[in-house]
Amino acid sequence: MTSSPPPVFGLILAGGMSRRMQTDKAALEIHGKQQLERAFELASSVCAKTFVSVRADQLTDPLRGRFPTIADQHPGLGPIAGIAAAQATYPEAAWLVLACDLPFLTTATLKFLLEHRDPAKPATAFISTSDGLPEPLCAVWEPSSREAVAAWIAAGKQCPRKLLINSATHLLKQPDPQALDNVNTPEEYSAASALLGATGHRPPATGPDLGLPGLAATRSLPPEAQIKTLRIQYFALFREQAGRGEETLESTAETPARLYAELQRRHPFKLQKEQLRVAVNTDFCDWQTSLKHGDTVVFIPPVAGG
Amino acid sequence: MTLFRFSDVNLDPAAERRLLEDPACGGFVSFEGWVRNHNEGLEVRRLEYEVFAALGIKEGERIVADAIKKFGVERAACVHRGGSLEIGDLAVWVGVSSGHRGEAFAACRYIIDEVKHRVPIWKKEHYVNGDSGWVNCEACAAPGHDHEHHEHHEHAHAEAGKLGS
Repeated sequence: MTSSPPPVFGLILAGGMSRRMQTDKAALEIHGKQQLERAFELASSVCAKTFVSVRADQLTDPLRGRFPTIADQHPGLGPIAGIAAAQATYPEAAWLVLACDLPFLTTATLKFLLEHRDPAKPATAFISTSDGLPEPLCAVWEPSSREAVAAWIAAGKQCPRKLLINSATHLLKQPDPQALDNVNTPEEYSAASALLGATGHRPPATGPDLGLPGLAATRSLPPEAQIKTLRIQYFALFREQAGRGEETLESTAETPARLYAELQRRHPFKLQKEQLRVAVNTDFCDWQTSLKHGDTVVFIPPVAGG
Repeated sequence: MTLFRFSDVNLDPAAERRLLEDPACGGFVSFEGWVRNHNEGLEVRRLEYEVFAALGIKEGERIVADAIKKFGVERAACVHRGGSLEIGDLAVWVGVSSGHRGEAFAACRYIIDEVKHRVPIWKKEHYVNGDSGWVNCEACAAPGHDHEHHEHHEHAHAEAGKLGS
């Protein structure tokens, strides 16, 4: 029996303090509209219902009050509190969670996200073009992520991005690499306004560097948590159990030990790590070696030459 | 001189031996590993070797170079088969030539032992009863055998020299 995936509701995060902007980001005008209004319209174009996530003390705010709202139950925790409140209100829904300050986001990018969503995973997210990590604030959070979100908050953690890194998040490459550049400072706002111009459309990119001063890399995490592309070659028993001679994966595994544990969840590998050796780029190496983007890794089952 | 290589076709011991001839040598020792018709109580019909050549050649060369240095022999080489082999086929050949026999025997024994333990080569045996299995891998991985891991490997190491003996 198959069941259809849960409906997708939109959640626009507008509970932030806008400390760096020194003015309410939700009220800033981009494309001739206030950012919150524009984000709400974008989400509404692809979602069954859309809500604005607010702090309890913002419920009477004139701008936010124009939209259906869901108030945080954990003040001071930031976006994760908004996601938790939405999941508590409609536990059966999947939530398309959007920051309100994504001036370059388009319906096309949202449609791509929903078309490539994997409801069997706790979340589907884009890979950030600035640092290679999941983007939690333009992502679909499935009902199955609810317990993990609640546990994350209960454990005293806040960062929704680290939660996605630590979950089996379905990751997508952005069809438009700049779609998720956000606006946090007055300088970034000026740059974005200038780029978008009076027409509300971005000029075409002229080369690999679009020259977006201050628009990229507004957040960063330790390099060891970065997603890298790894090629894994399989021989003998592993080749048979994986059903392939090699594969290329996006992984956050920092070491071969972590990578093997990850692969054991994907393939029926029953050999224990202690029975194996590991090679990176055709040299034997230690299980705690740091893996780098582009490395080729081979797990070596017990050998039997002669 | 090639210290270590893989071959997908039948080995010719006479041709390999000629490469080690040296007027300074008074002794030559070789070891041939043959495909045997039984293993661990099962009748073997044929077998396949799979190799990770890029790393296998590097590791094999290190072993043979180490043996030459360690035992002070003049020349040494090892060739290992890949692919499908029948009973009686030559699976691995090791040759050593040196001034005297003692170090040639020792170096030859060292090379075959190290190759069996260190070079990424895997052997799949096809049995007369229709089963098949990767040697040293599948018995250990069977459910309920976790407690035997250590024993299995000790066992495999102790039997390192049995092929062809």
